[in-house]
Formats: sequence, structure tokens, C-alpha cells
Amino acid sequence: MAEPSKLAKDDEPKDDATPNVSEVETVDVTTEEEAVAALDATVERGEPILQVRNLVKHFPLTQGILFKKQIGAVKAVDGVSFDLYQGETLGIVGESGCGKSTVAKLLMNLEQATAGEIFYKGQDITRLSGRALKAVRRNIQMVFQDPYTSLNPRMTVGDIIGEPFDIHPEVAPKGDRRRKVQELLDVVGLNPEYINRYPHQFSGGQRQRIGIARGLALNPEIIICDEPVSALDVSVQAQVINLMERLQDEFNLSYLFIAHDLSIVRHISDRVGVMYLGKIAEIGTDEQIYEHPTHPYTQALLSAVPVPDPDAREGRERIILTGDVPSPANPPSGCRFRTRCWKAQDKCAEEVPLLAIPERFKGTDSPAAHESACHFAEEKDVVHAA
Amino acid sequence: MPEQPPPHEPERAVAGTGMGGAMDLGAREASTLEGAPGGPESTGPVALRSSAASGGRARSLWSDAWRDLRRNPVFLVSALVICFLVVIAIRPSLIAPGNPLTCDLARAQDGPAPGHPFGFDGQGCDVYTRTVHGARASVTVGVCATLGVALLGSVLGGLAGYFGGASDALLSRATDIFFAIPVVLGGLVLLSVVTSNTVWPVVGFIVLLGWPQIFRIARGSVIAAKQQDYVQAARALGASHSRILLRHIAPNAVAPVIVVATIALGTYIALEATLSYLGVGLKPPSVSWGIDISAASPYVRNAPHALLWPAGALAITVLAFIMLGDAVRDALDPRLR
Repeated sequence: MAEPSKLAKDDEPKDDATPNVSEVETVDVTTEEEAVAALDATVERGEPILQVRNLVKHFPLTQGILFKKQIGAVKAVDGVSFDLYQGETLGIVGESGCGKSTVAKLLMNLEQATAGEIFYKGQDITRLSGRALKAVRRNIQMVFQDPYTSLNPRMTVGDIIGEPFDIHPEVAPKGDRRRKVQELLDVVGLNPEYINRYPHQFSGGQRQRIGIARGLALNPEIIICDEPVSALDVSVQAQVINLMERLQDEFNLSYLFIAHDLSIVRHISDRVGVMYLGKIAEIGTDEQIYEHPTHPYTQALLSAVPVPDPDAREGRERIILTGDVPSPANPPSGCRFRTRCWKAQDKCAEEVPLLAIPERFKGTDSPAAHESACHFAEEKDVVHAA
Repeated sequence: MPEQPPPHEPERAVAGTGMGGAMDLGAREASTLEGAPGGPESTGPVALRSSAASGGRARSLWSDAWRDLRRNPVFLVSALVICFLVVIAIRPSLIAPGNPLTCDLARAQDGPAPGHPFGFDGQGCDVYTRTVHGARASVTVGVCATLGVALLGSVLGGLAGYFGGASDALLSRATDIFFAIPVVLGGLVLLSVVTSNTVWPVVGFIVLLGWPQIFRIARGSVIAAKQQDYVQAARALGASHSRILLRHIAPNAVAPVIVVATIALGTYIALEATLSYLGVGLKPPSVSWGIDISAASPYVRNAPHALLWPAGALAITVLAFIMLGDAVRDALDPRLR
């Protein structure tokens, strides 16, 4: 997948140095028309469609009522880089508060990035506005976490799913919209007769299908899924996940799938990124991450996954982390995970580990040769340890 | 894991998987629409009603609310009362041909008599005629002041809550200042310089002092509504500010404004009475319920009818508006249907 292109050989390793990601081919546009036209370009399967570079979001902490002064910042996202390839599912996992949802909001331009770039088809969407931004919104849509708050309780399902057509009238002529909405309901496995109902008349799983139908309405290329199933029952989770996989094949979608449930992410993802405290700790294919994790945080996370086999469960090693996640307003120096890491040494406090393929695995065919932001990355099979 | 349809969903809908291509599903439409089984049995009469009507024209919150209101007896009764009040406010002579200013001191405080069903007040004026004619001033003050307060307060409050920032800070501090003005004292000071003996200075004064209350409520509920995910979803679709405000935030933030505004309507009519009593609102020879209530209150023991009829009219008016507000609020909440 990700081709390790070149290694950053800077003398002063920046916080967010990211040697692992592909080169961005930017598109030069001068007018809005050109920008909109460039967004229609097609991206081949397996090519990067979304390239995130050194994305930073700091929420200022202020003091005072009338005359506010900034006394610090919550570093929710602090230098995140990754590629999303056309047609793939990139899973992002991490515990609460690690910045997953903020990444989603930044990608949707719902929050303004403090720094960094998000290239969609070679254009930095953090700098777009007006018609070009609207055109981007057509192509990048979102499915929200909570199906109970993501649907307006005072709109009918027809209005909710049809709203994208009102905002982007060029997608569907007016007389055609009701039929399109009913098609969308059918596509997500709901009865098209339900068009005049209100959200409260549906169960959680059905509501999430409505949210997915709204996301599909504009025929987007990328869907950002911010914990789309974590508010649902386990049985309904499976239905929704399978629906999303089916839709991905049908409509050739790329998913950025954010979740904290490791097994669901493994089920749906082609590649997985593990986030900790606003940074990506480790990223690789699902096999690399789940079978051959090299970052201690990933290993600890995986060791907490329930194993449905009592014998294997008895034998395996549980890594129990001590302490809490440090405050993102005052993250530890060097490696962010060092305060809870059993391998931490002096170097970890001084040097920020780069998200790169560890030296010892470089050039080998080992599945451990994937990007891991640890000075002492090594394999440790936590899932099968017996 | 095979895709399993959730309970209560027709198999057919889930089975429609193997379509290739993008959203070009037109050919499937016919099969989709015919033969679709009825809605689930589990959601009760609402579901049955919806599925019976679906396939027809599109429905929206407002059309559904109107359908709901037309069947609501509370709404019908209160609307009838309000229509009646409006009619007698415009043409009181329709049911009370007498002159409210024709008084006969000899009959002061007399009880009901033929042709004078409500009796006479302390000045010997016919209470029935005065009550009917008083509707105009009271209803005008109540309705106009409430409309003004609700419009000014909710527009300013909504914009301040939605956009936040400096204008919000400025407006919020301004409301603090207005809250600090005592109503009666402010009325005495401001209205005593007005010479016009119409309801409009009173309406203007009430709007001036009343808007901060609605402003705060509207601002609060808009702030609560704008943080909801569905607003984020609309933003993610590229919706404009006006669309978000009108389609998503306003319908979800309007309920507390309606409740407070309809209750305030009664207090505004009473405030007009208070100001008239203090001599700065409407002055005789104007006719209003407030003037009559305050005039009758000193001899309530001798002639209670002179107080009770205008006070009763006031109570019915306020009740009608509160019931109307309740019915509208409920109709705008699909969850209560």
C-alpha cells in the first residue's frame, strides 16, 4: 500500500515529520471555475484520493469574560499525516479523546485546521471556500456517530435524505428528487414507503441507515464514518457494517472509518491507523497492525480485545497500562505514550519518534515493516500469545 | 456474516443489493413502488397512517402540523375564541350597540337589569358595553406587544446565539441593562412624557422592556440546537446559514419561545391595566379592560360584577392564547403525535 518514498533526514526532527506518506501532486488552479473543474477528475483505484499532511488542530483555552486571553491550547490533533486510497477503507482507532473525531471534523471542514493541509485530488481543501468548497462537500460526506442526534427530529425522512438535493440542485432535477429519495431508502434496506415518517418512528439501526442514505445522496467518493456503529446494539452493528461494505462495492466508495472497537475496524478496514493523544502511533494494513503490531500502545490495545476462546484467553498476556491518558492541553515531551509505556527510556522523553518503518525491519519482507512511531519498536504477538 | 434484515423490514428492500453503477437506479423504481408491503405493525396507528398516505405527495413539518392542528379540539376552541375577540375588537358595535361613554351616575354599582346584562360600574356605565368595547385596546396591546417582543427577541436572540462572537456579547450585556430597569418605574418615567392617548406608546414601551426575556430564551435554545449533530450534518452538506437557521434550528428552538410568549401575552394585558391604573397608560375616555379593572377594584365588595366581567374577559383571552400556543407547540413536535 503506502510506498515509503523518502526518509526525512532533517537534523531537527519536527514534531510532525512524516517520512512515510506519498508525494502530493498538487493541482495549480487560479480561478474558482478551475478549482471546481479539477475536482471532477477521476482517481484510479489504489491511487491516493485524500492526502492529509501534518494536520494540527489546537483548541485555544481562554480566560476572562470580556477580555479573553489565551492561556493554552488543547492539542486535539497534533501533526497527523496519512493517505486515503481510492476504494479502500482506512480505519482509525484510539481511545476516547485521542482526536479521532476532530480529524473527521477537520476533513469535513466543520472545524478550521490550525495548521497542515488536506489534499483532495491535489487541492488543499482547508483553503477552499465558496463554490469550490461546496463542490468538495459533494464528494466527501459523513456518517455520524449518534443516530439519535444526527437526524433532525422535525423533518420527515424524505426531507432529511432530500436535503442534499436542495443544497446541490444540480445533482437531481426537482421533479426527480422524491423518486431519488425512495431509491436511496431502498439502497440502504429501508422500505421506500417510509418517506413521510419522522426519525423517532425508527429504531437506532434504521436511523443509522437513514444517515447513510443522506451521506450517499450526492454520490460522494469519500465517506467519513465517525463511529457509525458505536451507538448501536451488537446485532445491529453487524447489519450496518455489512450494509456499508456492500455500498462500498456498489458505489466505489473510499471510507475513513473511525471507531474504538478494534474488531469492527479489523472487519471492515484494509488499513488501520492507531491514534494516541492527537498523533498516529502506528499505521499499516490490518494484518500488519493486528498480527504484527510493533508499537507498545497498539500491543496494549490489542491485548485488551476480548478473545472468544477461554483456553486462549487464559494463556495470553494482558498488558495493563497504568495511569491515565495525559491531558492533551499539556502532552508529555518526546513520545506521547512514554508516561504509560513499560519500555520508556530517557530517549523517549527527549526525542519525538517519527512515524516511520523501524530501522531494524527496513528492507525486510517482514509484516512488521510498517510505520510505527516508537524508538523501540518490536514485534510482540499479543493476540495469540499463549 | 450474511446481511440480515432488521425486524419489521420487508425482505424485499434488503434483497436489492446487486445493482451496479452509481445512483442510476431509475429502472428499479416501478418494482420498488408497487407491491411494497405495508409498514410495520409495531409502531401503531401513526405508522399505519403514514404508510397509507405515502406514495402520495411529500409531507413536511408544516403541512403535518397543520393537519394535526385541524383535528385538535384545544386548537379549534382557542382559535374560535381568538377569532371572536378579533371580530369584536374590530367592530364592537356588532354585539354591543351602546356607547361605552354614556353613563348614568344614578345607576352606579347597580346589578344586572334588562338591557344591561352585566350591570353598572361605579360611574353608572354599562359594564357589558364597556367590556365589549374594551377588547380592542386590550387585545391590541396584548397581541401587538407579544408579536413585537417575540419577533425582536427571537430574531436578535437567534442571530446572537447562532453567530456568537462580539455582537452576541454586546447584545447579551444590553439585555442585562434592560433587565435592570424596573417595569413600573420605567413606565412612569417614559410614558409620562407621552401625550398621545392611544395604545401604541404602551405597546412600544412593552416591546422595549420585554424583548430581553425572549432574547435570552431564544439565544439559549438556539445555542442548544446548533450543537446538535443534524446541524453539523447540514453544514457538511454545504447548507447556507439561512437554511440552517430556518430549516434546522428555528423549528427546534421555537417551542420555548412560543410558551413564554403566550404566557407573556397575559402579563402584557395586565401590565397595560397597571400602567392605566397609575395614569400613564390609556387614560379615560379610552376604554380598556385594564382601566375598568382598576376603576372597579376599590368597590369590589359592593359591586363585584363591575370587576369580574372585565377580569373574566381578560382571563379567557389569556387562556385562549396560552392554549393556542400549547397546541401549536405540540403540533410542531412530531414525537408527540
